[in-house]
Formats: sequence, C-alpha cells, structure tokens
Amino acid sequence: MNNLIDLEKKINSELTTKINKTLIKHNQIYVEIDKDDLIDVVLFMKTNQDIKFRQLIDITVVDYPEEAQRFKVVYLFLSHEFNQRMILSYFINENEVISSITSVFPSANWMEREMFDMYGVNFKDHPDLRRILTDYGFEGHPLRKDFPLTGHLEVRYSEEKKKVINEPVKLEQNYRNFDYESPWEGTKYIKEIKEVNDKKN
Amino acid sequence: MTKKIKNLNLNFGPQHPAAHGVLRLILELDGEVVEKADPHIGLLHRGTEKLIENKTYMQAVPYFDRLDYVAPMNQEHAFALAIEKILEIDVPIRAQYIRVMFCEIGRILSHILNVTTQALDVGALTPSLWGFEERETLMTFYERASGSRLHANYFRAGGVHQDLPAGLENDIAKFCDSFPKIIDDLENLLTDNRIFKQRNVDIGIVSKEDALDYSFSGVMIRGSGIPWDLRKSQPYDCYDQLKFKIPVGKNGDCYDRYLCRIEEMKESVSIIKQCLLKMEKGPIKTFDGKISPPSKAEIKQSMEALIHHFKLFTEGYRVPKDEIYTAVEAPKGEFGVYLISDGSSKPYKCKIRAPGFSHLQSMDYLIKGHMLADVPAVLGSLDIVFGEVDR
Repeated sequence: MNNLIDLEKKINSELTTKINKTLIKHNQIYVEIDKDDLIDVVLFMKTNQDIKFRQLIDITVVDYPEEAQRFKVVYLFLSHEFNQRMILSYFINENEVISSITSVFPSANWMEREMFDMYGVNFKDHPDLRRILTDYGFEGHPLRKDFPLTGHLEVRYSEEKKKVINEPVKLEQNYRNFDYESPWEGTKYIKEIKEVNDKKN
Repeated sequence: MTKKIKNLNLNFGPQHPAAHGVLRLILELDGEVVEKADPHIGLLHRGTEKLIENKTYMQAVPYFDRLDYVAPMNQEHAFALAIEKILEIDVPIRAQYIRVMFCEIGRILSHILNVTTQALDVGALTPSLWGFEERETLMTFYERASGSRLHANYFRAGGVHQDLPAGLENDIAKFCDSFPKIIDDLENLLTDNRIFKQRNVDIGIVSKEDALDYSFSGVMIRGSGIPWDLRKSQPYDCYDQLKFKIPVGKNGDCYDRYLCRIEEMKESVSIIKQCLLKMEKGPIKTFDGKISPPSKAEIKQSMEALIHHFKLFTEGYRVPKDEIYTAVEAPKGEFGVYLISDGSSKPYKCKIRAPGFSHLQSMDYLIKGHMLADVPAVLGSLDIVFGEVDR
C-alpha cells in the first residue's frame, strides 16, 4: 500500500492481537510485537499482496541494561513495490532464546550471527550460529553497554614464543570519560549533593 | 581397487591480492569446482559502533570515512541526514548541492576502483593504471574542499564544514569535460574485450527473486533488472531537482554489473555538471548557533558566539530522544544508519547497515558450482570493501 495510514490500518486489522503498538514517524512505520509471534508476523509481512515487505534490510539489538527486559530486537524491512520502510521490534530479557528468521529471509543468517556475537542473543533453529566479527576464541559481547570500550585483552607478537599472544589490556592512562553536560548548572555529583541537601531541608 | 577421493579445503586469503583486503575465504573444492564457500570476516573489525556510542555527534563523523574508505563522503551523508531529520533542521540549498556533488565524486571514485580492480582480477593491468590517475585527480578535489584526500570529515548536520575554495568549481567542471573520454578509453579496453567477456559473462548470475531474498542493493540489485535507486525512489537533499537515469542490467551476471557501473559513472558526471550549474553563492550550513559552530571572526566579537563555540566543542549539541533509520544510495548499495538518541549529546546506539555485508554473505550461494578461477571474478563484481563489511 502506498499510503502509510492505510498500511497501518491494514496491519492492525489483519494481525489484530499480534500487534502491540504501531506508530508512524519520519515517514516510516514502527511496529511492536511479542517475541513468540515473530515468524507469523514476518511471514505475513513478506507474503501479503498489499504489504510486501519483501526485503530484510538489517537486524539489530539495543541494550538497556537497567530494564528488566534488557534487549530490544529490531528488524528493518523495505518494500520495493510500495516504497515503504518498516521497523519491527520486541523486547526480550537476557537469557531468552528467540526464533531465527533465516527460513523466511536467507540474508538473516549473518545478521543474526552478528547479533549473537555482539550482544550474546541466542537464536533458535539458526543453521550456523558462530561468532562473525570478533577474533577466533574471543570472549564477551562487545556491544553490550557493560563491556568496557577498551576491551579486556590486547594482542601482540611475542618474540620469545614466536607467535601472536593475548594479554590483559595495559594502558599508560585510563580511558577518561569527561562529563561535559552543562558544567555551570552543576555536574552530576554537585547535583546529587544539592538533592540530598534539599531533602534534608 | 577403489581410490578414495576427498574434497580439498583451500584457504583463500587473508593475504591475497584478489581478496580485496582481508577476506579469508575457506573453499571446499571438488576438483576445480567450488562446492562450498565460507567467508571469515572481521579481520578489520575496529568496533566503530561502540566507539560512536562514546563520542559526541560531531566527533562521530570521521568514523564514517573509515567505513567504505574509497567513497568516504557518501557515508557521512547518511549520518548527517539522520541527525538532521531528528533535529528537524533545514540545510541551505548551496550545501545540498555541494554534498550531492561530492557524493557523486565519491561514486566515481568507488566505481573506478571497482571496475579497474575487477579487470585486474581477471588479468587486465592497464585499466587500473589509467583509472587510478583519475582517482588521484578526484582526491585532490576532496583535499581542496576538506583538507584531506581520503578521510574527509567534511559533512556536518546542517550543511558542510566550510565553503569550497576559489577555483575548485572551475577545476571540477574541467574534469567533467575530460573524464568521459577516460571512461570511453576504459570501455575500449574492456567492454568488447574477448578475455574480459569470457571471464565475466554468465558468471555469478543473480535472479530477481534471489536479489531480494539476499538483501542486495545498489548495483547488485540493478544488475539483475530491478530498477531501484534510493536517489530516485526516496530522494534526499536535492536529488529530486536533478535529472539522471538509472542504468539497469538484464542478466544479473558479473558483466552486467560492470556495465551498470560504467553507465553510472557517466550519469554521475552529468549530475556533477548540473550541480555546478545550479549552485549559487550562499550559506553552506545552518544558521542555528546551537548546532553549527560560529566563524572565527564572530568568536572575537560576540560573547554568545564564544559560548556556543565552547559548548559545541566540549559537550556537543544535544539530540532529542528519537529512533530513526535513514539510508542513502552509496556507490555499493544501500548504506543506512539506524540511530537511537536519548536526549544527550552522544548517540545511544548507532547501527550501521553496510551494503557489502549482505553482498559478501551471499558468496556461498553465488559461487557454488563455479570454477575456482571464477572466485576472484565474482568477488570483484560484488564490490567488497572491508572497511564497511567489518566495521
């Protein structure tokens, strides 16, 4: 459908309970669903004649470490026929296993591998779930918010052992993350002291 | 007595001139026929997305140059557009033309590199020597505008960093007049070349359906006959005011993709010419002092400008809470940025959608059943640059 509002209506009327929320913003449609309905929804979106989100653009995960449902899994779709874009998302917690959509979109293969590598999200029925971007034997999931920017290991060639070895990161100076947010309104710690004082009064 | 025959596992790369960088390809060979290809990527992984999360929006721009390093400004464009859409700022018309012009220069840079190295992979040396001379000319244009041949860091949310220096427009116009001759020379060497055709025609055929299923974009999808170009279908900046054609292939093989790239270079030249004609003097970035830094002269005169300057280069500008996906038609295909802002001056999440990632993924599907010698030809026509695949 060429019109976003019609498209939103169509999706809501056809999938009814499977859709949690829809929203039109920036000329794109944002759809929220439940984890268990993923395959049904994706298959419907791909095959329905009036919708035809025929191409999977990307899969990604957003990490919110302080939430109970930590990861937001996001799928980006494109419909060439109707020139529309859709952003499909759902929330999961850290240990949940989600279904792979490689059976519907073969290109999901590497995208899901990347998410497994970067965030440690597990996919069910994935044909070949290995790490993809990080080194052989790498541990941890780099894009999680609690993974340090400098990493844990650094690599160098050892002349004695005649091979490349991993060592814990040693920095001459630690990575410094300055808090630049409006210094004249008081930095975070001053704000905290203020709040404590206000409460006392 | 029966002899046991085992398939041969061959390690192609990461140190191999035809691997276009640092691809490690594990091939399973039955004689000379490839049974399976398993690309191992990540040897150039620098954690761009993680780094961007720890930088302000302005500091994040240079990371985009280092993705697809043969067409740096096209990537910056996607990021700038994403921020502009969230902040809802308008870009002055001159800045739009400058940006589009440099994107098209980037497209020519990338296509020259790809076409000539594809030829190199199948045994022709001369095109790359001729092509690289032109790339050097184009990179001096980059240098004169931004100060750097490769890592431009030129686009900003709301415009470009600085105006074009005097005389650059004339020199680009001169280049536009001389370059079509070079394209013809390259075509003379390759298009009807018997060896080049033998190595590329009917190799690595992609059907329309598969092009969609494997998330292809750019030349990879147009080579298969789907007329899809984001510059036309979802125009950004001033592309809707320019006239250009979208070359489309017929058979979806390596040769058609080569032809598409050649035609696209000709279209790019025409777009650059139109930009030069339509470009008028005027501002090159938004006037909003909260987003674009003041000029040096202003800082000496105005207290407000000084504060803006200080705030922009320490804290950076804040971007309201939002979630957006923006894509541009980079030379290699759809390059997208999925940006989540949380109201602070650093992106909460910035996922980069690189076209090469999906293209390389299909290597196994493309090469199955082909001969070993076709691997470099197919790889060449995919237009892989590891900066963007590994991120």
